[in-house]
Amino acid sequence: MLKISNVETFYGKIQALRGVDIDVNDGEIVSLIGSNGAGKSTLLMTISGVNKARNGNITFNGEKIENRDPHKIVDLGICQVPEGRRIFSRLTVEENLRLGAYTNEQGKHFETDIKEVYDLFPVLSDRKTQRGGTLSGGEQQMLAIGRALMSKPKVLLLDEPSLGIAPKLVNQIFASIKNINKEKNVTIFLVEQNAKKALELADRAYVLVNGKVTIMGSGQELLKNKDIQAAYLEGGTKN
Amino acid sequence: MEYFIQQLVNGITLGSIYGLIAIGYTMVYGIIGMINFAHGDIFMIGAFVALISFIIFGLTGVALPIILLLVLLIAMIFTACYGWTVEKLAYKPLRGSFRLAPLISALGMSIVLQNYVQVAQGARVKPMQPLFSGGLEFFKNSEFIVTVSYLQIFIVVLTIILMGIFTYLITKTDLGRAQRACEQDRTMTALLGINVDRTISITFIIGSSLASVAGMMFVLYYGVIDFYIGFLAGIKAFTAAVLGGIGSLPGAMLGGLLIGLIETMWSGYVSIEYKDVAAFSVLIVVLIFFPTGFLGKPDIEKV
Ligand SMILES: Nc1ncnc2c1ncn2[C@@H]1O[C@H](COP(=O)(O)OP(=O)(O)O)[C@@H](O)[C@H]1O
Ligand SMILES: [Mg+2]
Repeated sequence: MLKISNVETFYGKIQALRGVDIDVNDGEIVSLIGSNGAGKSTLLMTISGVNKARNGNITFNGEKIENRDPHKIVDLGICQVPEGRRIFSRLTVEENLRLGAYTNEQGKHFETDIKEVYDLFPVLSDRKTQRGGTLSGGEQQMLAIGRALMSKPKVLLLDEPSLGIAPKLVNQIFASIKNINKEKNVTIFLVEQNAKKALELADRAYVLVNGKVTIMGSGQELLKNKDIQAAYLEGGTKN
Repeated sequence: MEYFIQQLVNGITLGSIYGLIAIGYTMVYGIIGMINFAHGDIFMIGAFVALISFIIFGLTGVALPIILLLVLLIAMIFTACYGWTVEKLAYKPLRGSFRLAPLISALGMSIVLQNYVQVAQGARVKPMQPLFSGGLEFFKNSEFIVTVSYLQIFIVVLTIILMGIFTYLITKTDLGRAQRACEQDRTMTALLGINVDRTISITFIIGSSLASVAGMMFVLYYGVIDFYIGFLAGIKAFTAAVLGGIGSLPGAMLGGLLIGLIETMWSGYVSIEYKDVAAFSVLIVVLIFFPTGFLGKPDIEKV
């Protein structure tokens, strides 16, 4: 479905991605783990068209997408929930959700879509007239995911949804990611430093080190992998 | 007392004109964080388009309300095209460049527009026959009669209508939400599938149209214009935007009103000579106590 081949991305002279190859198939949850600065966010921003790949290509259902503008990528059905959530703090919860529906807002359609989001995250329904900036970190993450779902994506790109969020809410958010994948048939590409959680959830997973994929396999295989245990799972992770 | 009320009426009229121009400054600042120094000249072009259209329609003998409506539309359309083009030519290519670059480009654009009008229309002031006459008179029994001319009523009512439409547009529509989203985080806005460049273009179009209405009002109110009116009116409207809190739309309206009032009160009670200095002095004093203007908003950000 989403195929990333030999992608290289630069910030000026600094090379952040050194030839990344990743496949995400329809219906899967694919996780990408890697430490801080490995290039995970850069990869998602390259898929979304915010950063341009200098080399390599990205295809979505066979279509080349690596030179498109960000809003056109969303039109195709690829929506990203970026690192740090980036809620519109001065807009209300409902306005944030309406913005997510910008590409496909059509009367009644909107009402059913927003109800689905409120069913998934009931707390958003209670807070709908509050400004986004007044929500807690976990609630903001739910809003960010809900906002992306409003565009009815085929693939959801999630950048560190557990970052800076209370452990109890992290479990809830991971449960809802699974739910979005299974119930709503949205393909998930999840980027995480929280390796244990991400690998447990994943059908398949990749490890990114210094802008290159070093290990790939099923989520279970990677959980048992000695190198990964040493580097990402023991002590190093926050559960 | 009657004199005060008269100056109040005059101030509100003038304030309406400044407020309409100030919205353009504040919107553009809000969305791309730059001061569009050419905005005053866009207003000046609006005034010229209005003047030329008034003269042309004046010859046809069409009824006044229809003329007003037509001139309004023509001025808005023409000026919107100018605003749109200025953004595409002078600012868009510099997006993502260092912060000062678009400012310099804006100053350049301002000079270009002034010279263009000077060459195309001549440097002499252009007069126009008054279209409106008469008005309502109050306090007839006292020694000072307060007159509210029909033109003043027209200006204030039109401003209120436009502000109403505009407020609805910003607070309730998709476009308005997209604009407010762009103000906060353009990358995130794009990640939701919104065409940010288009949203910015529309912002320039709206700001320019409102400025052209102000231009039309200016022509009607003062009866003379030249290629240089955009400079002073622009600076005052910009002052109004800063006074109200740059980036804040109600602030721009409030600021416009205040600048209009300060100017007329100063002219009325102190001296007509330093009325421009008075407005800027008040700005400085206000900024000392309210660094973000009256309605400027420090961000509520929670991580
Ligand atoms: N805007 C930027 N300008 C320059 N270098 C950047 C920028 N963003 C990220 N980088 C660099 O690119 C590399 C990858 O960063 P990033 O993709 O954010 O990693 P991760 O998301 O895995 O933590 C890092 O070395 C980082 O310093
Ligand atoms: Mg990152």
